[in-house]
Amino acid sequence: MTVAYHRRPVIWDVDYDTPAGELIAIVGPNGAGKSTLIKAALDLVPKVSGDVRVFGQPYEDQRERVAYVPQRTSVDWDFPVSALDVVTMGLYGKIGWFRPVTRKWRKAAREALDRVGLADFAKRQISQLSGGQQQRVFLARALVQEADLYLMDEPFAGVDAATERAILQVLRDLRSTGKTALVVHHDLQTVADYFDHVLMLNMRLVASGPTAEVFTEENLRRTYGGRLALLDQVGTRLAEGQ
Amino acid sequence: MATRVVGVLLVLMGVGSLVPRNVEAARRSGVGVRVSSISLSSLRHPNVETGHPHILAIQQNNTVSPSLVSRLSRVLSLRDYNTRVVLLGTTILGITAGIVGTFMLLRKRALVGDVVGHSALPGIAIAFLVMEGLSPGTGKWLPGLLLGAFAFGLAGAVTVMLIDKFSRIKADAAMAMTLSVFYGLGAALFTIVQRVPGGNAAGLKTYLNGKTASLVADDVWLFVGIATVVLVLAMLFMKELTILCFDEQFAAAEGWPVFWLDTLLIGLVVTVTIVGMQSVGLILVVATLIIPPASARFWTDDIRLMTLGAGLVGGMSSFFGTVISALFPRMAAGAVIVLTGASLFALSLLFGSKRGVLVHAWQQRKLRHDVGRVDLLRACFELVEHAVSDPIPTHEEMMDHEILLGDLVSMRAWDLSTLRRLVAVAEKDGLMQHTGDDNWRLTETGAEEARRIARNHRLWEMYLMQYAHIAPSHVDRDADLIEHVLDPELIAELEYQLDHPEEAVPVSSHATTGSSSG
Repeated sequence: MTVAYHRRPVIWDVDYDTPAGELIAIVGPNGAGKSTLIKAALDLVPKVSGDVRVFGQPYEDQRERVAYVPQRTSVDWDFPVSALDVVTMGLYGKIGWFRPVTRKWRKAAREALDRVGLADFAKRQISQLSGGQQQRVFLARALVQEADLYLMDEPFAGVDAATERAILQVLRDLRSTGKTALVVHHDLQTVADYFDHVLMLNMRLVASGPTAEVFTEENLRRTYGGRLALLDQVGTRLAEGQ
Repeated sequence: MATRVVGVLLVLMGVGSLVPRNVEAARRSGVGVRVSSISLSSLRHPNVETGHPHILAIQQNNTVSPSLVSRLSRVLSLRDYNTRVVLLGTTILGITAGIVGTFMLLRKRALVGDVVGHSALPGIAIAFLVMEGLSPGTGKWLPGLLLGAFAFGLAGAVTVMLIDKFSRIKADAAMAMTLSVFYGLGAALFTIVQRVPGGNAAGLKTYLNGKTASLVADDVWLFVGIATVVLVLAMLFMKELTILCFDEQFAAAEGWPVFWLDTLLIGLVVTVTIVGMQSVGLILVVATLIIPPASARFWTDDIRLMTLGAGLVGGMSSFFGTVISALFPRMAAGAVIVLTGASLFALSLLFGSKRGVLVHAWQQRKLRHDVGRVDLLRACFELVEHAVSDPIPTHEEMMDHEILLGDLVSMRAWDLSTLRRLVAVAEKDGLMQHTGDDNWRLTETGAEEARRIARNHRLWEMYLMQYAHIAPSHVDRDADLIEHVLDPELIAELEYQLDHPEEAVPVSSHATTGSSSG
């Protein structure tokens, strides 16, 4: 698929088959289109061409099996809701239109908070949480959906060590129950430890496959060796020309 | 759930008070109102010959009771049917605007109400011209004018969204342009309106500043109907609007129809704005949307309570604003309503229980108190540590050791009077006990607390040296402020990272006597 902002393509012809039941890292430099790839897969940004299939079917039919963890900085944490309120948002789809959040749903949300080690913080207003705790609240909101595919945008960015361990534990639990997670990741040092597969992106797919085979110095150089001058130039012209 | 019940109750109460209980009594009270025109079956717009037949009674009442006090009692006792009508109308509008405004404020679209208000002006002029053209004399039919205002208000809001979405012009510039262009169009059209024969066009000017005092019963019935629909919608969609305002991307990924929810919200805002213009005028209407939720935010961290609070503040500003303006002849009610809202905002800013200035100051005071206590107890621990032979004093040693203020004062850069004050506070808190003159001992809790504080402090110092590579001579200063933020979770993390056994207090990594003691 190809994705563009203001007609300027930011990802070109990415073609990728996600192996099921694995932890997959998406790596690449700033501006490589990592977040855009995830957003395009979720239909949040329009695609110029291509389509996304989840478990062999169009995404619209499989929405319930997909959970999304946006970047922590994408929302205003001063919003007047508690950690528990945020987690229950993951259940709104199941609760349905107009129906109130009942005790049954709050209980499910509490359990999800417990899984990320925040059981004691349920009532806390979200601005009173540390960055790592906020990230874990977002993770709990995805967990509560009991999806099969998890798309996470930089869940490890700027978190404390305790949060990093908690998230990693959750990821491994997910894998052991046969779930798949695609994770945008910025810390190259931990890629080999944390992930089975890796997808290396820089405006186009550089390499993908099992971490042990693909995550090589050669591929890293190709991924991080600066933006591709020609792709960039053509993209800019496309934006101007139309 | 509670929000819905209260909202519906408010509306029902309001409707009840609108029904004239005793029209005859109103007639006998000598109020300058043509009661005959307010029978419910004949509720029509003011007819052309008499202008406004039932203007707010209290303003015409000067001959009967000229003193301020009696006018006040007359307004507040709701004796006059028209007083009830006007108060009910403005209060309902205030409540509705506050509730809808909450979502606008949280959606970071505070100024959209302003755009809508200004954009509605050409709509009013065009609606008037069309109706007058179709059938002369009907130009001021309120539902028609509101429809025109609604169409153009919505067009203004949509224009802003389209510019924002499809061009690279930012939302603030888009709003500034849209607002002024639509308003300019309105101003131009009004010069045409004023040339229309019949002379009744002048009444349209009230849309600029509101016409609270001349609200009539059929206006208010219309408001009550519209406000009820808006309130019910806002409450039904509480959950959906919350997710839209908090995390639009997530909502979209979840399959919520974000575009339609947004449209619903804009529709609610346009409706409230258009109706609210009747009361406070198009220039001030944005204040009735935004001041109430901004005030409510100082009192709560819960969006449900904030919505309720915004409704309350909105209703109160409108109610009291209307009452105050009724007491003084020719005072613009819209302006007073907004100023009353601003006063409630100022009170919330000062006294708000969650984010108010005073609460904040009190928390700062408490923080200083905590830092003082932590400092004192750690100094005590270090003093005892120096006195006993074993490097880390036991709990019993901590309790048994006699602490002299003269020794303690040299542990830190504090003077004796500061120290005495700290010790007095510690005594009140049950941490230390007086044993004579300047002699003190730690209590059971005091000893325990001192031990815990020293331990946390040293764990933090060890962490700083090991991971942040801060020199031993500097860690003490950095560690002082940190104590009050070290919650159990962070302590557990420190223990884990330093691989430190539970309970034990590490030996300090630097000299612990105060610099002045030598």
